[in-house]
Amino acid sequence: MIHSAPPMVVVGLLFGIGLYGVLARRNAILVLIGVELMLAAAGLLFVTVGSLTSDTMRAGQIMTIFVITIAAAEIAVALGVILAIFRSRGNIDMAQAGERE
Amino acid sequence: MTTYDVLFTIAGAISVASALLAVSTKHLVHSALWLIVSLAALCGCYLVLGAEFVALVQLLVYVGAVVVLVLFALMLTRAPIGRSHEHDTSLVQRAAALVVGAATAALLSAVLVGAFGNSRQRINGGGTHLLATRLFGSWVWPFELLSALLLVALVAALALARLPIGRRGATEGKMR
Repeated sequence: MIHSAPPMVVVGLLFGIGLYGVLARRNAILVLIGVELMLAAAGLLFVTVGSLTSDTMRAGQIMTIFVITIAAAEIAVALGVILAIFRSRGNIDMAQAGERE
Repeated sequence: MTTYDVLFTIAGAISVASALLAVSTKHLVHSALWLIVSLAALCGCYLVLGAEFVALVQLLVYVGAVVVLVLFALMLTRAPIGRSHEHDTSLVQRAAALVVGAATAALLSAVLVGAFGNSRQRINGGGTHLLATRLFGSWVWPFELLSALLLVALVAALALARLPIGRRGATEGKMR
């Protein structure tokens, strides 16, 4: 038996912290860390709901595995983009993103 | 309070606290290291909820691969080792981000606790055998599609790494 409130509070807090990281950071890699925290919150929500309901298809856990895989693909491509930007501009400052040099 | 509650609260508190440090520390490398702690504690949360296989995948893929990738990217973009204020945002932006983040956290927690009830429920997560049956039975086509997606991501990352771009000015003559 588990109380269903603590997992939900952890999901909310992790998502809020990730959002803060995305909004308050200027280094592109630190922004990605915020995105990872938000995806982790989504995965925890899937697993929690799957565990607390009668989930005979195991959809919650399988969706979390899918989210983890998609996050791995996303971060590989995003870091490729960040490294390409670093090679062309010499910094990865989000405040200067989109400006022509 | 059952044992599950206590264990989940401990793991969740570690996860949230280290996530907070990961988004607020001024050391760029420490940020990635705190992300490791946060995701490893989240793996403990998955274990408490009875999702052993997801916990293992989380540990292997996230802590083992993704964070190492982030650390490599930090090194390749010449992140300073000590405290760095070079990329700090303004105080106004940080305060606004704090308000938005806190409001989102409060809203999400309130809605989720309201939706899924403030009640005690039995954990229905164990059984890797059933998970394997479902994954390679009902869910096999999405699973295969996902492997194709990973291949596409791999090729895209490789193509990005070989784009013919140099430091501005250095290759300008060569490109024309």
